[in-house]
Amino acid sequence: MLLEKLSAHLEEVKEYEREPVPASRWRGFKSFLGMYAGEHTAGTEFVIGPLFVAHGAGAMDLILGLLLGNFLAVLSWAFICAPIAVRERVTLYFLLEKICGKHLTNAYNLVNALMFCFLAGSMIAVSATAIGIPFNIPLAKLTDWLPSGLPWIIIVVLVGTVTTFVATLGYDKVEKFASIAAPWMILVFLASAIAVLPELGVKNLGDFFQVAQDKIWTGKPLAGQSKFTFWHILFFAWFCNMAMHIGMADLSILRYAKKWTAGFASAGGMYVGHYVAWLASGILYALFLQQSNENLEFAPGPVAYSAVGITGALCVIIAGWTTANPTIYRAGLALQAIMPKAKTWKITLIVGSITTLAACFPALVMQLLDFVALYGLVLMPMGAIIFIDYWLFPRIGLQSNLAAVKNLTYNVAALITWLGSLLACYLIAKTTGLEIFFLGLPGWFLAALIYIISSYAYQKKWSK
Amino acid sequence: MKILLKLVSIVGLILTLLPSIGVFYEVISQEENKYFMLIGTLLWFGPKIIFKAK
Repeated sequence: MLLEKLSAHLEEVKEYEREPVPASRWRGFKSFLGMYAGEHTAGTEFVIGPLFVAHGAGAMDLILGLLLGNFLAVLSWAFICAPIAVRERVTLYFLLEKICGKHLTNAYNLVNALMFCFLAGSMIAVSATAIGIPFNIPLAKLTDWLPSGLPWIIIVVLVGTVTTFVATLGYDKVEKFASIAAPWMILVFLASAIAVLPELGVKNLGDFFQVAQDKIWTGKPLAGQSKFTFWHILFFAWFCNMAMHIGMADLSILRYAKKWTAGFASAGGMYVGHYVAWLASGILYALFLQQSNENLEFAPGPVAYSAVGITGALCVIIAGWTTANPTIYRAGLALQAIMPKAKTWKITLIVGSITTLAACFPALVMQLLDFVALYGLVLMPMGAIIFIDYWLFPRIGLQSNLAAVKNLTYNVAALITWLGSLLACYLIAKTTGLEIFFLGLPGWFLAALIYIISSYAYQKKWSK
Repeated sequence: MKILLKLVSIVGLILTLLPSIGVFYEVISQEENKYFMLIGTLLWFGPKIIFKAK
């Protein structure tokens, strides 16, 4: 009964999935500023900041790398994603369908859904580290890939079950709660870091940089971790949301903007979540390392709890949950686009089960930096396809929106571009040893080039 | 009533952040900060949830 009532309510929500957003629904810059700040201050921040410490980022490298990398990310939203969003005012999926065809869009949805499952899984694991505090369960180490034991699996399954159940009931309630929690979470991050500074030896603000170099971002990686340079940090900050800006997933969000300049509102998320929150969580982890004598155990829950008590643990639970929940829901929606006749709640249940299973494996959290980079890289070629199709094709005499114009179920040129650019990235990594964080930039240009060449060849048959 | 609830929420946010600055300047202890932050959390979420429920 409750499910039916909620499903009926969700049916009533009009999201303009197959039509442009009307002017009456356009929103101003401020609403995007708050939305981006909230969305990018999430459970992942409790993991990414500490992982920079673990990877031996230097203090100056981190401060400057994040400053510049986030700036490039903001520019990518503003100059690559937002201009197309406010001109077309349709979702990414609808635009992809017009360019690539239904079948290829379905393949994109499937990959996207899987990536969402793993991302949500890592957030369930983050929440579980806080819920496990009273039970004093053994926690995973930075180098662990497999579950630390049965108690860990039980807690993860419990958290996953509750999160999945809530996700089956819909998205709007969780979204409302997340919007309430967002300003509080930002302040908890900030307050936790400020409160522990004296324990690290910062007695006045003038001491901060020296202590940062000596005790927080020392430039020395922990055992078993690779070394991060300025360039790693810059490219990670730029490309960790590559699927959203260069990959164009945020077309679906920015289509509601009054002007393309709303893309600059992403600065709210980048400089609050991906700057302040990453630095703050790094500071907390550095103190944990100092107090535990460089123990490789990696658990955001206990780290936040030891810094600011119950509030810290609550922040980890809420941050993880408010990220995992909509992510499971979005994964469900992506799958439902492939199986439109299946019930939303049934799909969400399947997605939640996959997510919970994935969450049992600590590798997902410990390798989060690599996973986030892979997530962006895999979906990025579709963004390059949209960009070239929209801006370049009309100027060089090629047909834009080919699938819609020619009634194709899949655009061969787009398929070759997607697979070809990923294969090229793989070969670059194999032959040059270039790490995944750096592949996005050459990958985008390769995807653009492949799409132009393959479209020339593919569209010839219609021009004869 | 609405204004009062909003005021309580704002006090909640202030109590979440401000005591940590007190810890930094050694005006209050870490333990006291933990209590203040918890009270701040309750004051922030309590009125917001009541307000949303209505």
